Amino acid sequence: MIEAVGLTKRYGKTVAVDNLSFTVPTGRVTGFLGPNGAGKSTTMRMILGLDTPTGGSVHIGGKSYRDLKNPLRTVGALLDAKWVHPNRSARAHLAWMAKSNRIAAKRVDEVLDIVGLTAVAGKNAGGFSLGMSQRLGIAGALLGDPQVLLFDEPVNGLDPEGILWIRKFMHRLADEGRTVFVSSHLLSEMALTAQELVVIGRGKLISQSSTEDFVAQATENTVLVRSPQLADLRAALGRAGVSIRDEGDSLVVSGMDIAEIGELAARSGAVLHELSPQRGSLEEAFMRLTGDSVEYHTDIADEAAALLSTEGVKR
Amino acid sequence: MTLLATERMKLFSTRSPWFCGVLALGMVIGFAGLVALAEDDPTTLGLRSTLFGWQFGLMVVLVMGALAITTEYRFGTIRTAFQAVPNRTAVLLAKAGVVAALAGVIGEVAAFGAWGTAKVLAPGADLAIAGEAGWRSVAGIGLVFAVAAVIAVAVGALVRQSAGAISILLIWTMLLENLVGIIPRVGDDIQDWLPFMAVNRFLGDPGPDPVMGPWPSLAYFAAIAAALLAAALVVVNKRDA
Repeated sequence: MIEAVGLTKRYGKTVAVDNLSFTVPTGRVTGFLGPNGAGKSTTMRMILGLDTPTGGSVHIGGKSYRDLKNPLRTVGALLDAKWVHPNRSARAHLAWMAKSNRIAAKRVDEVLDIVGLTAVAGKNAGGFSLGMSQRLGIAGALLGDPQVLLFDEPVNGLDPEGILWIRKFMHRLADEGRTVFVSSHLLSEMALTAQELVVIGRGKLISQSSTEDFVAQATENTVLVRSPQLADLRAALGRAGVSIRDEGDSLVVSGMDIAEIGELAARSGAVLHELSPQRGSLEEAFMRLTGDSVEYHTDIADEAAALLSTEGVKR
Repeated sequence: MTLLATERMKLFSTRSPWFCGVLALGMVIGFAGLVALAEDDPTTLGLRSTLFGWQFGLMVVLVMGALAITTEYRFGTIRTAFQAVPNRTAVLLAKAGVVAALAGVIGEVAAFGAWGTAKVLAPGADLAIAGEAGWRSVAGIGLVFAVAAVIAVAVGALVRQSAGAISILLIWTMLLENLVGIIPRVGDDIQDWLPFMAVNRFLGDPGPDPVMGPWPSLAYFAAIAAALLAAALVVVNKRDA
């Protein structure tokens, strides 16, 4: 379990991480979600003892990272796949890591096999494609057979095949009972990968909950109503004090559940052609929650938010 | 021990130490060969003049030492290193130790290689390694290279950039230490206390009335290396990786 308490990181006047507290539960995939520049990577570096927090602390299984003995056996991490010497072979890269934590040399070949790099193990890492580098990074994370795994934006820049591979891999790791903490700015990816979500914006915690709860809480659940007596129905709904929006030849009602709308329609004698729940998407939830906290705000973000909300209704 | 083995694996799994090693040997031994061949009158050829290529070997060793740490910063592997071993002091000491050992071996092989080459090419010359002064001039090269490598690692860790660290090291040794002598009145006195001038006193002729003897000069050189390494350790521990 990873536990951050009041974690803060300042660079001069800039506050990268602001009094952040969260827990990453054992044996699940926890997504670490936030727009670019929200402080995800800085937080991950503080978890690994690479950056010193300005305030607060973060512990892994009750211990500070710097107090772990042979830490690769407890925590495996992939922060940046390009952190390899280009003229060192994949096997040599893993070999020195293994040596430093007293991990048996044969484990190097095992992890190379797990990530499917056995054939290119002797090749210099500088010639690897991004997908191969990512696999090498994952091999390094798995080297010590750790219970806790950290991945920073693991699908960034990967092709669909690579994304699918990583997604399956995360699930496999969690199924093996490991704690997986994976950051991303891609919501759709997190919806498929993570069971829990820690959401941050501008270094501050926005929410921590299960992925389902996050979507349920953050998105407005609406009901789409189609009826030939739309005007009557609108009037009846208006009297009930719910918010109504016109959407072509139908109404979008929020603040009243399906059963109640159906009963109201029956009482007012309106025929219903459609009465369907509109589930919000993770994108909507994300935009709604982090809309105010995007570091580099542009009009594009607003346009995207507007676009997404109308699309969500059509769906 | 584990850390020394780790740093050894890291050093030898890239090309630069091999390249630098061969280059340093080639410089020192090659110059000895050239000097031996160029001299028409072998009797004027001395031990120190055949070994004069050590200065070029030293440059290569400085570059090798700086690269050993700056490439880790350049390619981000320093973060992987500190992630694997959070004790940064231990990592840096192990690296300095391994690089110094390699530099020492290069220095000894180069020195004796140069001496042997000159002896073969100029059989008439008196190249006997005589007394303490003679052995110091030859075997001392390895010691100087080892200490210089520590300085290079320390400067590399402080500066973190290959070009910057190498520029500082080479400009310091090749230009600044020599230029200081030009300063009126105090120049010569300052020069006496510069690290690579101390090396000249240790390996070569200390001259009349030196500020300190050859061995104290080496100790002084080593003390400067230790001070730089200590400064690097403080900074590396404090700085975000």
